[in-house]
Amino acid sequence: MKEDTPTPDSGPAPGGLPTRETVALLSRRRFLSRLSIGLGVACAGIIGVPVVGFVVAPIFRKVAGAWRTVGQLDDWTIGETVSVVFEDPSPLPWAGVTARAAAWMRRDGEESFTAFSAHCTHLGCPVRWMPGAKLFLCPCHGGVYYADGSVAAGPPPLPLFRYDTRVVQGEVQIKVTALPITTTL
Amino acid sequence: MKRTIVSVWSWLDDRLGLSALFGPSLKHLVPRDATWWYVFGSATLAAFIVQVITGVALAFSFVPSSAQAFDTLRFISEEAPFGNFMRGLHYYGASAMVLMVGAHMAQTFLFGAYKYPREMSWSTGVLLLGFTLVMGFTGQLLRWDQTAAWSVVVAAEQAGRVPLIGDWLARFILGGSTLGGATLSRFFAIHVFIVPGLMFAFIGLHLWLVLRHGISDVPVPGKPVHPATYRRDYEAELQRTGVPFWPDGAWRDFVFGTAMILLIAGLALVYGPPPVEMPPDPSILEADPRPDWYLLWYFAVLALIPERMEGVVMILAPVLMGMILLLAPILGSKGERHWSRRPWSIAVVVLTVLMIGSLWIVGSKAPWSPNFEAEPLPPSVIRSTDPLIERGAELFHARACLNCHLIEGLGGRRGPDLTTVADRLNETDLIIRIVNGGTGMPAYGHILQAHEVDALVAFMKTRSRKTLPSSGPIRVDATGPAPP
Repeated sequence: MKEDTPTPDSGPAPGGLPTRETVALLSRRRFLSRLSIGLGVACAGIIGVPVVGFVVAPIFRKVAGAWRTVGQLDDWTIGETVSVVFEDPSPLPWAGVTARAAAWMRRDGEESFTAFSAHCTHLGCPVRWMPGAKLFLCPCHGGVYYADGSVAAGPPPLPLFRYDTRVVQGEVQIKVTALPITTTL
Repeated sequence: MKRTIVSVWSWLDDRLGLSALFGPSLKHLVPRDATWWYVFGSATLAAFIVQVITGVALAFSFVPSSAQAFDTLRFISEEAPFGNFMRGLHYYGASAMVLMVGAHMAQTFLFGAYKYPREMSWSTGVLLLGFTLVMGFTGQLLRWDQTAAWSVVVAAEQAGRVPLIGDWLARFILGGSTLGGATLSRFFAIHVFIVPGLMFAFIGLHLWLVLRHGISDVPVPGKPVHPATYRRDYEAELQRTGVPFWPDGAWRDFVFGTAMILLIAGLALVYGPPPVEMPPDPSILEADPRPDWYLLWYFAVLALIPERMEGVVMILAPVLMGMILLLAPILGSKGERHWSRRPWSIAVVVLTVLMIGSLWIVGSKAPWSPNFEAEPLPPSVIRSTDPLIERGAELFHARACLNCHLIEGLGGRRGPDLTTVADRLNETDLIIRIVNGGTGMPAYGHILQAHEVDALVAFMKTRSRKTLPSSGPIRVDATGPAPP
């Protein structure tokens, strides 16, 4: 390209109206820049859309609850609240100990149980059962819950989350689900 | 020999053009009186470089797997040569970087350096502050011990409070619906690739702005910024009295940066990094998660905000603070720069330091948390052989009263100190309070038997100033249980 070809900024050629060639050249340049930018956007889309999809995929991976055996019926005394350990609903093979979780579970009657999530509804810290006081205490920001999981004191906005329980052929099971998240709206 | 080196260098420099590329930047003129107040920015950069180098080194041995990271942390800390030192450098380097960012912000704010034409220097700096804090938080998570695992849960719960998209954000943070195999690798990618990448880009931009606008001249009272004339005056003054950045200005950056790095290395050698103790097993419920010191103040905020304002403070306040910080230079880009003509700027800095400082102190004591280690009260505190009172003291521990209340320095700080409660409340008041609870106290009415209430009240009634032992100081400030 010659050095003195007009650029889009240089306006009409000296000495009057732009020539037909100048107009053609400018429109050609406009086309070429739009083409290049368009191709760039297309490339970004081709790579970017799957990348974003890959990274945010966990958001949409809905986990169905899974029944997990946490002990035999005979292991429990009626009225006693103990912690039970179980595996997450769908652990990845490389999760290691992070696939484990715990809940507080109480035998209410012959075959009836209540299972509370161990996560404080304030910000998810692990609440501890104080058997003497019949309270759940949170170590982080001072949340306190009564034995039925309702809020006794502190910042928690909701009672402790409960898991479904059942007894199948003498095995005590709870239906483990997603980590309970307290949302505002 | 020397001649050979010189000629090789001249050849290389001619072909590579390094002097032509960096020479003008190094030799650019800076105000003569820009002295020790101006070292914090370069110190932040020095700390960042320490972080990049030690971080890359740690990545040689760290396995970002939810199952194995804890073991590799142990290996790095206990077996790898220089491993503990490397972790220490990375930890104290992070601490230094947070502190230096703070000092740099305070200095540029007090000097009015964010005003015309350096508004974007400030705003890019605010973004870099945000990135630095994100690095601090995600870095603590990569330690992948018990505290790290629970911190991810807390982060997810906090994100969960964002209106409408909270649940999605929480899942994004956890990498699924629970803590697990996907969690750590996400934070590894964020801590090692995404945020450092952004930081390189914004540090580059931030430094380019230093070259484009020059570092700010030392403010003079009564000499306001006029956008119409500022650039011309600045340039004229530089030509008259400026000195080349290299080496006249740069030597101070090197002296201060070296002192900082020596301090980082010294702390890493003497104190070492935070220990790696408990594994990231969410089924271990005896956990007491606390953030590292640079976010401890925010931990205190989360405990202290009134419940009704929680959504506002947790979500809206950080957004608002960020907006105000980002837009601050545009809102006040003209006028006086010297702090003596902007007294409110001193107030802002002092109040910020006081606020974060006091939140730090209260966060480290965490008086809102029950003391789970409370031991039964010793006879020297009970000071009675009356069976009812002894039973009351026993129940005071067994029914978890002591986890939240202090008796002569023993117990928790969640509720009021009951060392001299009998001076404040009579028997009826005591019963009402115990049975019905109060602000922040559970109602014990359906937890205690009537005779247990009697015993507790009998014990409480012995807690008065009159019955305190006169000899020896009363231990009212012990945080933990008393030695036996």
